[in-house]
Amino acid sequence: MFAYVVRRMLYAVPILIGVNLLTFALFFVVNSPDDMARMHLGMKRVTPEAIEKWKADHGYDRPLLYNAQAEGLGRVTDTIFFEKSVRLFAFQFGSSDGGRNIGQDIGQRMWPSLAIAVPVLLLGLLVYISFAMLLAFFRGTYLDVSGVVLSVVLMSISLLFYIIAGQYVFSKLFHLVPISGYQPGWLAWRFVILPVAIGVFAGLGSSSRWYRTIFLEEINKDYVRTARAKGLSEPGLLFGHVLKNALVPILTGVVVVLPTLFMGNLILESFFGIPGLGSYTIDAINSQDFAIVRAMVFLGSVLYILGLILTDISYTLVDPRIRLS
Amino acid sequence: MGAHRRAKSRTGRWLAAFLSLGLALVGGCDGQPWNSPYPPDEAGRNILYSSFSSRPNHLDPVQSYSSNEIVYNGQIYEPPLQYHYLKRPYRLIPLTATRMPRPYYLDAGGRRLPDDADPGDIAFSVYEIEIRPGIRYQPHPAFARDADGRFLYHNLSADDLEDVETLSDFEHTGSRELVAADYVHEIKRLAHPHLHSPIYGIMADYIVGLKEYAARLRAEQERLEKKAPGPVFLDLTQYPLAGAEVLDRYRYRITIKGKYPQFKYWLAMPFFAPVPPEADRFYAQPGMKERNITLDWYPVGTGPYLLAVNNPNRQMVLARNPNFHGETYPAQGEPGDAGKGLLADAGKPLPMIDRIVFSLEKEAIPTWNKFLQGYYDTSGVSSDSFDQAIQVGSGGEMTLTDEMKRKGIQLSTSVSTSIFYMGFNMLDPVIGGYSKRARLLRRAIAIAVDYEEFISIFANGRGIPAQSPIPPGIFGHRDGRDGINPYVYDWTPRGPVRKPVSEARRLLAEAGYPDGRDIRTGKPLVLNLDTTASGPDDKARLDWLRKQFAKLDIQLVIRGTDYNRFQDKMLKGTAQIFQWGWNADYPDPENFLFLLYGRNGKVEHNGENAANYANPEYDRLFEQMKAMDDGPERQAIIDHMVEILRRDSPWLFGYHPLQFALFHAWYHNVKPNLMANNTLKYRRIDAALRQNKRREWNRPVLWPLGLVALLLVLSVLPAWISYRRHETRRALEEAG
Repeated sequence: MFAYVVRRMLYAVPILIGVNLLTFALFFVVNSPDDMARMHLGMKRVTPEAIEKWKADHGYDRPLLYNAQAEGLGRVTDTIFFEKSVRLFAFQFGSSDGGRNIGQDIGQRMWPSLAIAVPVLLLGLLVYISFAMLLAFFRGTYLDVSGVVLSVVLMSISLLFYIIAGQYVFSKLFHLVPISGYQPGWLAWRFVILPVAIGVFAGLGSSSRWYRTIFLEEINKDYVRTARAKGLSEPGLLFGHVLKNALVPILTGVVVVLPTLFMGNLILESFFGIPGLGSYTIDAINSQDFAIVRAMVFLGSVLYILGLILTDISYTLVDPRIRLS
Repeated sequence: MGAHRRAKSRTGRWLAAFLSLGLALVGGCDGQPWNSPYPPDEAGRNILYSSFSSRPNHLDPVQSYSSNEIVYNGQIYEPPLQYHYLKRPYRLIPLTATRMPRPYYLDAGGRRLPDDADPGDIAFSVYEIEIRPGIRYQPHPAFARDADGRFLYHNLSADDLEDVETLSDFEHTGSRELVAADYVHEIKRLAHPHLHSPIYGIMADYIVGLKEYAARLRAEQERLEKKAPGPVFLDLTQYPLAGAEVLDRYRYRITIKGKYPQFKYWLAMPFFAPVPPEADRFYAQPGMKERNITLDWYPVGTGPYLLAVNNPNRQMVLARNPNFHGETYPAQGEPGDAGKGLLADAGKPLPMIDRIVFSLEKEAIPTWNKFLQGYYDTSGVSSDSFDQAIQVGSGGEMTLTDEMKRKGIQLSTSVSTSIFYMGFNMLDPVIGGYSKRARLLRRAIAIAVDYEEFISIFANGRGIPAQSPIPPGIFGHRDGRDGINPYVYDWTPRGPVRKPVSEARRLLAEAGYPDGRDIRTGKPLVLNLDTTASGPDDKARLDWLRKQFAKLDIQLVIRGTDYNRFQDKMLKGTAQIFQWGWNADYPDPENFLFLLYGRNGKVEHNGENAANYANPEYDRLFEQMKAMDDGPERQAIIDHMVEILRRDSPWLFGYHPLQFALFHAWYHNVKPNLMANNTLKYRRIDAALRQNKRREWNRPVLWPLGLVALLLVLSVLPAWISYRRHETRRALEEAG
């Protein structure tokens, strides 16, 4: 398995270079260094000299990808792409174009994101699996049909609606929780309770349907029939055997998102004023801060690859028949 | 025994945590409403609550220019002058200066000229500013000294900074008296090679020697960088600047090229606030920038407030500066202020509020609802909440709705000193130029585009149609019959009335486009509007614009573009028609009329004249008007300039927005002051009234929780019954 993990990590290097190159190309197709300078210097009284000065100070006065003026290796290394990308592989994110330390910003903002994302994931798993089990248990009955219809209805409604309705009902109408905001420390629970509840509720429809399908597929297998014939109770059967055997597809969806949890949820964080990482990249794109965009895309890619590797490893844990080689 | 005790203690801790959570859950621990977004210990305190939607980029006074930055810097930094809070028209008064500086003039040979000298003879204007003694900086680690008087934190090593993450991690702070040299230091910083001051360009044209100073600093920077690679600290105290000199401890001199009466307004902006050289030295140390500890992030001022919390991801907090020199609430205002209670606090010490908490709110709905719940003390009126807040009377007057009145909310309105206009690119062969044909075409469009309708539909009536570039409240603006644009409006007893479309069509025909077709080619007239507003939200507005042009049978093509491409088009002069706006920097007509000055043309000079308008007569008058003091002579020249603009019509004068602000009954001394940046020190909060109202408006409603629980039980019940039935069924029955 060790060799497998090492090999997968080595595969990741060209992928990350590719992602970085693609981010770079996409960003600079839309924005030129002059545009970035104008955006950072403000709308009023920006002179060409100020633009040139800003570019020189931030290292955007070089050619993008190839420096014909330079000699030897310098043709590739004395470029914006090389200068801005090479440190990423050492996880040195440097400063944003606005002058802030990106690593420190990420370190500050990941905790509020996790305060939402982790409970949503854990509670969500508990609720979705239980609900899906319930539907599987009552398969073919009016309860199952009602549950599926309810799931379809729930998954057809936008998250935005749940957020606005939740804020209206629980904060504005019933005055039970703050409508938005955040406090660090133990006081944070008052602010995360509603977004977490909404996050879980919003995912109920789609996740429960997916898990129900997995359980139904499993429930018709021979070993289940055998267990039932041997007198095993239905809950014991479902939670003791069916769930265990259905874990592989569930893990596929869950483990892969684990490392990316701290990247946050843009909409929930925006509406609830949670100072997480959800809006960090979007804000950076809007303010044409390439340093943050490339750092976040790089980090997202690294974490996604990590998630995939973790998923593969987790398969071996839940299904001894699987061997990584 | 020990294990038993440990287990018992563990259980006790869990129980305590559970109980405290439960108590907090029911809101019984602090008596605060459950939906309060603030910590319990803030209840009933003298704190102002506000919000911000976009994080500030710069808090260094040499760089910050945006309103979302000035709102903090204005309370922290103190330039020598400020605007009187209550008096109108806007009037400058001393802030840290002992008196208003009166410039004296010199000719090219350095000889003193009389005050009324011809501006053409004036080579230099000299401002000598004296500041008050005894003003002290806020506590800051940059000033901290040891027992021997050496700076504690000016030679920090990597080890010293190991445990430092924010400015508050420095244990010791110090302070010192404000001196004239700090003001001079800040003026030098305008030219610093690593600081990008937005006003360097304009100031380099005026402050004697600033351009050369910037070149010298750049060369010095490069020399030092070559000498020792790595971060370089440029000690500006070692490099004198001819145009900014220290005369003595409390006096300094600024020398300006020529006569520039508007310079006094710059002296009321944070660009000219003092920055102590110790702060620059402190923040320039290796390792500081990596920790986000910079002057751009942690200001050092002498103002009524200091930045206590700087977390733009969540909250910015201003706290009372313990070293504030003291100031009192003004005793005079304009007529009517006393009746509105604006003079009730006359003579009381400032600031009146202990802390100001700005919370990040990215969405309008939560912000508005928190204002209604009493958690924000003031709010703007977005178009989403307009109908809930404002009702329009039969005569068009706008008042608060009954719901707002019941809550005691008050409304404050003011015409902003800004303009939104539609510009014609004067370099364009069709719509631009100075021929009669082009002039008539632009005037016809000016009549057809009905800005009264635009304001009514898209701005909820919050605006007044502009008759010239100069907004109300600025010298040079004229009201009534004398103030209308006679090319677009007729004067009637009811006020100005837009000329009929038939008149516009007549002008169009005269221009050579009868029924919207070019008389020479017979082809329909097609014009292009370049805009960054091309999303779904803008569709209605753009459709409306097309309809306005269609009144004249002109086809308007909307060329939606992103902001970067739009800027490119403007710089290259390839746009035909565009929409833009301008906010006043200072209350002088020069700050609006320069937007059409030929030497500010966007294409040729990269200036703010986006229409690239260049009329020699207008330019001549502008240069004359710019150097004049307010008076009938200046007004006459402005009238002439405005007439030229109306005749040439390089702009369709659009509208001046009306600003609406709502505030609660406990928020006092609110008077819109669109020029001043430091108004928060005048405001007062009745914290006890706010606390009562918050409790009254936010009583938790508990019965729905019971209802939800009951519904859950009811929904689970059939499943449970079904499960029990399934589990107790006999196998035979099941088979049968």
